[in-house]
Amino acid sequence: MNNLVILPILIPLLAGIILIFFNKNIAVQKWISVIASLLSIGSAAVLVQNVLNNGIQTLKIGGWQPPYGIVLVADQFAALLVLSTAVLGLTGILFSFKTIGIERERFYYYAVVQFLLVGVTGAFLTGDIFNLFVFFEVMLMSSYMLIVHGGTKVQLRESIKYVLVNIISSALFVVAVAYLYAVTGTLNIADLSVRVAASGQTGLLTVIAILFLVVFGLKGGIFPLYFWLPSSYQAPPSAVTALFGALLTKVGVYAIARVFSIVFYHDIGYTHTILAWLAAFTILLGVIGAIAYWDVKQIVIYNIIVAVGVILFGIAVYTPAGMEGAIYYLIHDMIIKGALFFLAGAMVVITGTSNLKKMGGLMKNHPLLGWMFFIAAISLAGIPPLSGFIGKLKIVQGGFEAGQYTIAMVVLLSSLLVLYSIMKIFMKGFWGEQVLTKEQEKGSEKGLILPIAILLAISIGYGFGVEFLSPYVTQAAETLMNPDLYIQAVLKE
Amino acid sequence: MKTNDVIFQTTTKVVLFIIVMFSIFLFFAGHHNPGGGFIGGLMTSSAIVLLLLAYDIKTVKKILPINFLTLTAVGLMIAVLTGVGSFLFGAPFLSHTFDYFELPLLGETELATAVLFDIGVYLVVVGVTMTIIQTIGESE
Repeated sequence: MNNLVILPILIPLLAGIILIFFNKNIAVQKWISVIASLLSIGSAAVLVQNVLNNGIQTLKIGGWQPPYGIVLVADQFAALLVLSTAVLGLTGILFSFKTIGIERERFYYYAVVQFLLVGVTGAFLTGDIFNLFVFFEVMLMSSYMLIVHGGTKVQLRESIKYVLVNIISSALFVVAVAYLYAVTGTLNIADLSVRVAASGQTGLLTVIAILFLVVFGLKGGIFPLYFWLPSSYQAPPSAVTALFGALLTKVGVYAIARVFSIVFYHDIGYTHTILAWLAAFTILLGVIGAIAYWDVKQIVIYNIIVAVGVILFGIAVYTPAGMEGAIYYLIHDMIIKGALFFLAGAMVVITGTSNLKKMGGLMKNHPLLGWMFFIAAISLAGIPPLSGFIGKLKIVQGGFEAGQYTIAMVVLLSSLLVLYSIMKIFMKGFWGEQVLTKEQEKGSEKGLILPIAILLAISIGYGFGVEFLSPYVTQAAETLMNPDLYIQAVLKE
Repeated sequence: MKTNDVIFQTTTKVVLFIIVMFSIFLFFAGHHNPGGGFIGGLMTSSAIVLLLLAYDIKTVKKILPINFLTLTAVGLMIAVLTGVGSFLFGAPFLSHTFDYFELPLLGETELATAVLFDIGVYLVVVGVTMTIIQTIGESE
């Protein structure tokens, strides 16, 4: 029993409810949002430290013993992701202050952002597969609202596609849970693991595992289920896209990591080979998109897909190194994608367009922004002292250990193309002929620097402080590689 | 041509109370019999919808001067605070308890904290349903 586990869910939930009462008073809304985010970061940090010192923390909701009640499980993997989510929530809110506009702010924007954070945090912390579905829906409903919020034509069009795809995948999720419940008779993830192990993962269970892969693949944007993602993520304002890009797809990846390491790990030869090849195609399609476009937002969006593929490959190789790499890279990618979307958003604010061919020479008036973009770009590609390096290194190491040479080479090659795609933005947008003089610019970067700087500082600290981080990540990977630890923590007390 | 709804409006005045009574009955029956906050809330909103059909939005707003969005938020708040309340007793989130009390008129009655949570659900359902219907009804 440890009520600390629920605080990262409860704080944004209460903040979201309180924000509904103050929907006309924007100053109060901003204060409440920031204070709630700081409290969530604090509680998540305490949770991370607590898990490191005392092992996996569980909370039996309502005092019911698992597997009969819902249990919240904070292992180190979930706790680290909860902390990253809280940090992104804060920076997303700070970035919204200047960019989102008063019309949207007056219409429950901050409340919905808090509900989005509730959904994401809950999905990370839950230990029950149906409760996972419920938190997915909390997250998705908030994202439906955010994607259509403002009601411009492009948002309306894209939200129809987005809602349609997600409703279909949610229905499939329910069907998959129903099949799983019919076969095993339980919904608790730890208990599922025990029962699947007892039956030795029959063919029917492998079919259900693939059905879950389809469901989470649709949420997480893996090949060939990513088709909805590039156009949908372009529609909403930059602050919303940043939250989506940093959080939503990662929840799908998290769910795959959880389900395929704790429940369905008995037929690795089949399921994990499929995972590895899907990861390879996801990376390939992602880099092709990233190179092809001349639109700042699209390039960053296709880089989400590449990153999802890389993380998925780390999970698929199923070795300690690969799993650690996936965790390092997942957290790195949440932070750096947030920073990149903010930077792209700042460029759009300044130039008034996201078309790369219509901008240039931003470095002259915005040197700070330019160099921050440069750091974010080389960090994304995985240049050694920065945060993207260690994750990719471990993933490739895991790939070689598992004998997946081809796909490991694809991961390495993808870094080059990712670097090319993002450097294209830097060279075309920041260098070159100056297109807009100071007077012609559409907006200023004032107030946008702070959230970007926070994320970049974390990213740099993350890269240099790997030594400090490694006990946390090792512990997280250990739980994922040894389902018994998870089962012990949940069921035996 | 202005239609005359006198029969409809008179019937509504009688039927409305029966529906509201039934919804409250369903709400309190929830612990031991079929019913509960969700169906009770829907039934109450259906009574208000009947009122909307018989009269118009302005009249209904005069009869029930409630901001249904705020009502939703209040309901959510009640539901969450019932969960948080268990923190005070050192119990896990959402722990519930019940006991028997001697109440005037009703005699020995079972009172459960789960009812507080259900009140939250009830208010949220009424609030959301009425917000949807009023918003669609008002937009042109």
